[in-house]
Amino acid sequence: MPLGRLPAWLLLAPALLLLLGMFLVPIGWFLVASLQELGSLAEILEEADAVLLSGAVGGALINTLWISAVVTALVLVIGYPVSYAMSRASGLAFTLLLLCIVLPYFTSTIVRTYAWMVLLGRNGLINQLLLGLGLVSEPVQLLYNRTGVIIGMTYVLLPYMVLTLYAAMKAVDMRLLQAAESMGATPLQVFARVFMPLTLHGVVAGVLITFILALGFFVTPALMGGPGDMMIAMLIEREVELTQNWPGAALMTIVLLVVTLILYGLYSRFTTDEKGAMP
Amino acid sequence: MMGPVLRATLLKALVVLLAFGLLAPIIVVAIASFSGDGYLKFPPETFSTRWYARFLGDARWRSAIVNSVFIGLMTSALSTFLGFLTAYAMLRGNFRFKKVLASLLLTPVIVPHVITAVAVYFLSARLGVVGVRPWIAVAHTVVALPVVLVILQSALRTVDPALERAAMVCGCTRWGVFRRVVLPLAFPGIVSAALFSFLTSFDELVISIFLAGIRSETLPVRIWNSLLLEVEPTIAAVSTLLIAVTSVALGVDAVLRRVRG
Amino acid sequence: MQAVALEGVTKRYGAETVVAGVDLAIPAGEFFTLLGPSGSGKTTTLSMLAGFVQPDEGRVMMGGRDMTRVPPRGRGLGMVFQNYAIFPHLNVAENVAFPLSVRGAPKAEIESRVAEALAMVKLTGFEKRYQRQLSGGQQQRVALARAIVGHPAVVLMDEPLGALDKNLRYHMQVEIKDIQQRLGMTVIYVTHDQEEALTMSDRIAIMERGRIAQMGPPREVYEKPESSFVAAFLGEANLLPVTPEGAAARGPGGALIQAGAGSLPGKGGLAFIRPEKLSITAGLADAAPNALPGRVLHASFLGNTMRYEVEVEPGRSVLCDTANAAGAALHAPGADVTVSWNAADSRFLAG
Repeated sequence: MPLGRLPAWLLLAPALLLLLGMFLVPIGWFLVASLQELGSLAEILEEADAVLLSGAVGGALINTLWISAVVTALVLVIGYPVSYAMSRASGLAFTLLLLCIVLPYFTSTIVRTYAWMVLLGRNGLINQLLLGLGLVSEPVQLLYNRTGVIIGMTYVLLPYMVLTLYAAMKAVDMRLLQAAESMGATPLQVFARVFMPLTLHGVVAGVLITFILALGFFVTPALMGGPGDMMIAMLIEREVELTQNWPGAALMTIVLLVVTLILYGLYSRFTTDEKGAMP
Repeated sequence: MMGPVLRATLLKALVVLLAFGLLAPIIVVAIASFSGDGYLKFPPETFSTRWYARFLGDARWRSAIVNSVFIGLMTSALSTFLGFLTAYAMLRGNFRFKKVLASLLLTPVIVPHVITAVAVYFLSARLGVVGVRPWIAVAHTVVALPVVLVILQSALRTVDPALERAAMVCGCTRWGVFRRVVLPLAFPGIVSAALFSFLTSFDELVISIFLAGIRSETLPVRIWNSLLLEVEPTIAAVSTLLIAVTSVALGVDAVLRRVRG
Repeated sequence: MQAVALEGVTKRYGAETVVAGVDLAIPAGEFFTLLGPSGSGKTTTLSMLAGFVQPDEGRVMMGGRDMTRVPPRGRGLGMVFQNYAIFPHLNVAENVAFPLSVRGAPKAEIESRVAEALAMVKLTGFEKRYQRQLSGGQQQRVALARAIVGHPAVVLMDEPLGALDKNLRYHMQVEIKDIQQRLGMTVIYVTHDQEEALTMSDRIAIMERGRIAQMGPPREVYEKPESSFVAAFLGEANLLPVTPEGAAARGPGGALIQAGAGSLPGKGGLAFIRPEKLSITAGLADAAPNALPGRVLHASFLGNTMRYEVEVEPGRSVLCDTANAAGAALHAPGADVTVSWNAADSRFLAG
């Protein structure tokens, strides 16, 4: 039974009030009030110029983009075969694969980060393995540097990519691949000329969602990175918690928010189907 | 050129390796939490439950459990209730701006949690509600709501509108249709939504860091605060508890899915 | 007494008028069918009768009361839905009991009524089954039992047999008709299946683009269509373009055509004749009224009939059905034949 206009809005009202009061208004208020502290528009722009082009912020922006790009690429390379296998698996194999993706996916980010801190430490399993195999002669520094950040973030973000790719790959009609094969295509040709184009939208969506989430990452780089791995989200937290520099935090927030929303807009265009995997 | 059998075997081996790599860190933490050694070592040389004893023997950790559970339950109840009303209206409602509204309702997952956290902290500091647990639950509801919406919209989509019409012809009021038809049919989905919104709150860290204050540290915040100092084995025990909660939630959900058919 | 009436009912969705000024009066105990192609407004009309949709203009009357603004629960109707709408979380008995338990009927009464309704649809013994354990035909029966359990004066049926296979559909047609007569119910039945409408109805309203194109008993609308739409929608029809000449007309090849009824506008129209009213004889007969010489294009064996397609003019052919009776002559494709009919069996229609 379709709802009338008025009952529909009544049902929506509580959620909209929450979204307004706890999300939109606070963000708007925080940004406006913080920037007003700076004075006129000219003064705001001057401050923006000074803050965003300063060494610390500029460096953090470059770090953020670089780390996000590397992590997204790694996640795609690792996620693609896993998703492919998942989309073709059935029965027990599928259930096990799903478990391997879903259990980490729903485990707290901080627990997953901690797990890698245990593995990558000086006396961690990885170093023990490397030493035991004689690949290195002394423990390698895998934690509190860029390597640690990239390993940790890749692990945390992998399930988002896999679930997005899986949805796209599952939708491919297997008969199309058989048809291509029957027309004489080699397996490589079937993959490159049929399967890839049909799943490309999933790849684009997966890359975008991974990149968007990576841009705003905070917990993993803060725990696994070194002093040179400051990302923009960490800087925002630091400005607020340590120095109470609200205007600075607001300026960086605007940059992060604008980039995120532009990419989200792109993402929405690639996922017109609302059944697609949700972050 | 590789033979097809060899290629398939290689792909399988690669996938098994990657899948194991995904699960391994979690298993390692769970095993390490039962270590009897004085410091974190894997594999442990001796086994004991000493880290659990230390974890549960500490008043601050215990209060963190209470806080996490309390805030999680409130978030779950609030977001499931709001999410159900919203999902129903989005599915059956006929109004303008539906698409805009749908993307708006999902933005809290997309906008970096740091931004939401800083903004809500800005508001809360002015209202003097930092460290108030129901307030933290309300903030968690913002990020739990999209999760609930996705689950409930797919659950409600399986309720044929013709069933609601049939109930109306049979004499049901709008509330009667709701109670006798929609609610029972959507029940497994509602339980799933409640589980996953609880999990979202239970695992949430960034917003909690800002809003918890000293009074209302949740488990993730407490882990965060200790990890900033050192990687100690007690945290393995705490992490294992969190992993167990996640596993139980996923297990219950899997059973519900089977019931739903 | 009139059980149901629509008075000038109109429904628009945006700029589109889906139902345009429909007037209906259905006496108690009648089996009334709304027949039409999809998009003709029949389902919207039924939705307005049920109360799911509010008309923009006009009134919905039931038992002499104005029900236009009364919600579905206040109309006291039974209804069978297109895909049955069996509640999947309730068993058969609970489904059938639903209209009674919602209204708070006493338990004993519910039990006896449910048993009676299930007996009527021959589902006794299926009480504890759930929807997923029932075949399509059984689900149909549950839906029917639920619609009649409260002995409503009026039962609405929205394409109730559409999902069943042909054989089962025929059985259900007979049973529905039987139950309707036993309980003396007024049934308003929506279908796009013309054969079903002809078999079951006391009266049929044929809908076209939101309006009632024609209304009457099955035989009347079948044999005396008032428009080419009705003629073509109900079964096969030959519609020959003709130009008026006095009281008669000239058709294909200049043949003289006389019709039993209807009239032609000055610029010409159509002569309507059903394929089974045509007779076919071998050879080219001399010119006579209502006789067209031609050549057999196709001869199809349909079991109980033979269907011939006869070309009476280049590019124009007529269909002719002959009973497959003992000793009936057969005409091979390519044979010269003459088709003829009685003036009383044909009508002139405006194009």
